[in-house]
Amino acid sequence: MKALRDAFGDEILALGRENPNVYVVDCDIGKSCKTLEFARQLPQQHLNVGIAEQNAAGVSAGLATCGKIPFVSTYAAFGSMRMCEQIRQEICYPRLNVKIACSHGGLTPANDGASHQAIEDYGIMRTLPNMTILVPCDYYSCRSLIRAACQWDGPVYLRFTRDPVPFIYRESDQFEIGRARTVREGGDVAIIAAGAVMSLALQACDLLHSQGIEARLLDMHTVKPLDTAAVTAAIQEIGRVVTVEDHNIINGIGSAVCEVAAGLGRGVVKRMGVQDQFGESGPYFDLLEKNGVTAQSIADTARSLVTGEN
Amino acid sequence: MLDNMDMKTALGETLAEEMRKNSSLVLVGADLMGANGTWPLHGEFPDRVINVGIAEANMVGVAAGLAACGKLPVCDTFAAFMARRDYDQVFISVAYAGLNVKLIGSDPGVAAEMNGGTHMSFEDVALMRTIPTMTVVEPCDCAQLRQAVKAMLEVKGPVYLRLYRKKPHKIYEDGCRFSLGRADCLTQGRDATVIAAGMMVWNALQAAEQLNQEGIHLRVLNMHTIKPLDKAAIILAAQETGAIVTAENANYFNGLGSAVAEVIAENSLSVPFQRVGVRDQFGEVGGTSYLMERFQLTASDIAQAVKSCLKRRQIH
Amino acid sequence: MLTEERRAFLTQRARQARALTLEAIYRVGRGHIGGTMSIAELLIALYDDVMRVDPSNPSWPERDRLVVSKGHAAPIVYAVLAMKGYFDPKLLDTLNANGTTLPSHCDMRKVPGIDMTAGSLGQGLSAAVGMALANQMDHRDSYVYAIVGDGESQEGQVWEAVMLAAQRKLEHLIVFVDDNGCQVDGFTGDILNMRPFDQKYRAFGWHAIYVEDGHSFDQILDAIHQAKQTPDRPHAIILNTVKAKHVPGAENTYQSHCFSLTREQLDNSLRNL
Repeated sequence: MKALRDAFGDEILALGRENPNVYVVDCDIGKSCKTLEFARQLPQQHLNVGIAEQNAAGVSAGLATCGKIPFVSTYAAFGSMRMCEQIRQEICYPRLNVKIACSHGGLTPANDGASHQAIEDYGIMRTLPNMTILVPCDYYSCRSLIRAACQWDGPVYLRFTRDPVPFIYRESDQFEIGRARTVREGGDVAIIAAGAVMSLALQACDLLHSQGIEARLLDMHTVKPLDTAAVTAAIQEIGRVVTVEDHNIINGIGSAVCEVAAGLGRGVVKRMGVQDQFGESGPYFDLLEKNGVTAQSIADTARSLVTGEN
Repeated sequence: MLDNMDMKTALGETLAEEMRKNSSLVLVGADLMGANGTWPLHGEFPDRVINVGIAEANMVGVAAGLAACGKLPVCDTFAAFMARRDYDQVFISVAYAGLNVKLIGSDPGVAAEMNGGTHMSFEDVALMRTIPTMTVVEPCDCAQLRQAVKAMLEVKGPVYLRLYRKKPHKIYEDGCRFSLGRADCLTQGRDATVIAAGMMVWNALQAAEQLNQEGIHLRVLNMHTIKPLDKAAIILAAQETGAIVTAENANYFNGLGSAVAEVIAENSLSVPFQRVGVRDQFGEVGGTSYLMERFQLTASDIAQAVKSCLKRRQIH
Repeated sequence: MLTEERRAFLTQRARQARALTLEAIYRVGRGHIGGTMSIAELLIALYDDVMRVDPSNPSWPERDRLVVSKGHAAPIVYAVLAMKGYFDPKLLDTLNANGTTLPSHCDMRKVPGIDMTAGSLGQGLSAAVGMALANQMDHRDSYVYAIVGDGESQEGQVWEAVMLAAQRKLEHLIVFVDDNGCQVDGFTGDILNMRPFDQKYRAFGWHAIYVEDGHSFDQILDAIHQAKQTPDRPHAIILNTVKAKHVPGAENTYQSHCFSLTREQLDNSLRNL
């Protein structure tokens, strides 16, 4: 188990050491976003703008015009909502090389409650042209994708989560932006997931397997540009898809997969995630359960698609 | 009277009538009240029309405070700023706080014309749709706007109204029926359905006329309420007409088209489906008709999408 | 400080910039006249006398940069860029035309010489601060200039940027406040008063200069000179300007923000320049 925000802290330090143009712009929460070590070791490449996220986005845009590769580091709630206009206008519209690296995505700032939880963050980003969205699910894929984001020329939104999550991959596994990863192969039902809920999806696959149902599990770590080939294959080859995400079921992976399925004129999709309601304070997995996201419910939903029961 | 009116004037008149009836109604704007037709009301209601200056985030915060004290605030600015600049404030201070604030965003999509890419809002509907408890409405002409404004003021909770502020094509008669969350069926065809909102309703009707001449009879649904979505009307349309095209003056990610796709995919409707909308691009300067061509939003584009759906239906 | 001859030259250049701008806006039918006319002298002073730029190499890293945060002033910025040779002045004919590369608001991806995209008010100063920081860390002596409107200073983000610039002692950052006293819905003093700007900037730790006549080349250039002599602080130069300067009947009116010029008004203005 290791937290994705730690993956950011470790990888950004490595990147910063390799490349003096890599820059971290903090908004007063370096401690919980894990950038303190970067700030300590590479003070010349670090800037804390204070509690002023809109300014952080604008300053980073300015840095990018001068050849820097700024990573704005904050919480997902602020990095998406508070900076929405600045990201759209000063980063995506002029296509500047700024990375928005956000910890505390989804419901993971569980005890902080609804004001700090980000249930709509990558939905917002998906609506912005020129934006690339990465939602890694474990420590190793997270590090690999942060590196890929640094090499990618253009705006990237990275979503990390707060608490330690199980390892899904090995250290040597490499990840490519825009290419979904098949975590489990199967032909009865497809489960498309991303982020911290991946471990639940994986458990669901085990539950299904014990009932004789083989699920294909796709890690859709790149929400945009969507790997439409992988989604299309799941719909054409299997036709039954469950999407699982720690995000509003509106505008996230679920909606993206529905767009593809409806466009193909076939298949059925069930979206699992935050049920278009605000979060609240409580333990993380209890909050997911309140939105109907547990390993058991994922397995049940998948099974009902296979058996045709509802 | 309404026939020759631009929508900002209709908005101003409707709000004035409502303000005379309801003393808690307050307008809060951010230096675009003239453009939106709300500034003239400041003569009659000097205390209840507040212009906070070029400070949209503050506008929404102030409105939240007014609502917390029992006022009924209506905020207005351009759609681009209402959806993006204010987003955090709308999410936290209004929607999450459960406050009764109404939000009007004008110049949606290509209607921003000469203000160009920075002002051209193709994402406002999507952004508002992701906020729990938010109602999203886009009326298509003056008569419908009047009813939509009244309905917006009656319903409790946050509402985003997407406003074309110039002179629209007339579709409805004054006093028309309007029901939030219930799509309006404008033509009763059975060959395919076009689901449209706002400016695109007119284009959909034009497409229906074009196709009519070719013997294809369209059902045109005016989906003036994009959230909560009239799922029953979509399911019925899929079952009765067997093909669905959506038409929106917005990014085809996350707006009306995606919302309809969600209903189709989740209900396993398996009908040919196509979205007419802006294909994840930024806007640019230009006149409306040029921009509609540029972003493939015209009646012909809609008709083309319908035909390609019908073709796919034949193949299957 | 300026010679009579130099002053006459700059005055002539400002006249030309205004004429090109008004003609372009007249051609398209309607446009942002007030806020373009109020910064004509400033733009000419910057591009003809102050800024280290190379029009044949607009992305030269060592250049001085200009962020026009009040992005709707683009038409006159384009006019000045064309006069400097960044692109063919004939292109000005296409302002806001369908398919144009010269859109109504400053666009760095479409227009050579534009250093930052702008259009949504109150955002440019943050980007200028980012540029000044990049120059500082790369030990470049280039200056970053920004033009901010008085009305747009009502946006809170402006003051976030102001605080950071002072904290980081960005002495190579010079911000001009185009204090023309007007915004869209009314006079700034009636909607949300922002004056006195110089005292506000000083309270935030900046070096601030108030320029009595924001259309005087001598006063503008003198203020920039003073700024460059003052170390350790960013600089705010408050220009007392006239909205729609030199457009008869429109001067000092907030209605001049965006309007349609008649042929007669255009001819009058051109005669009046």
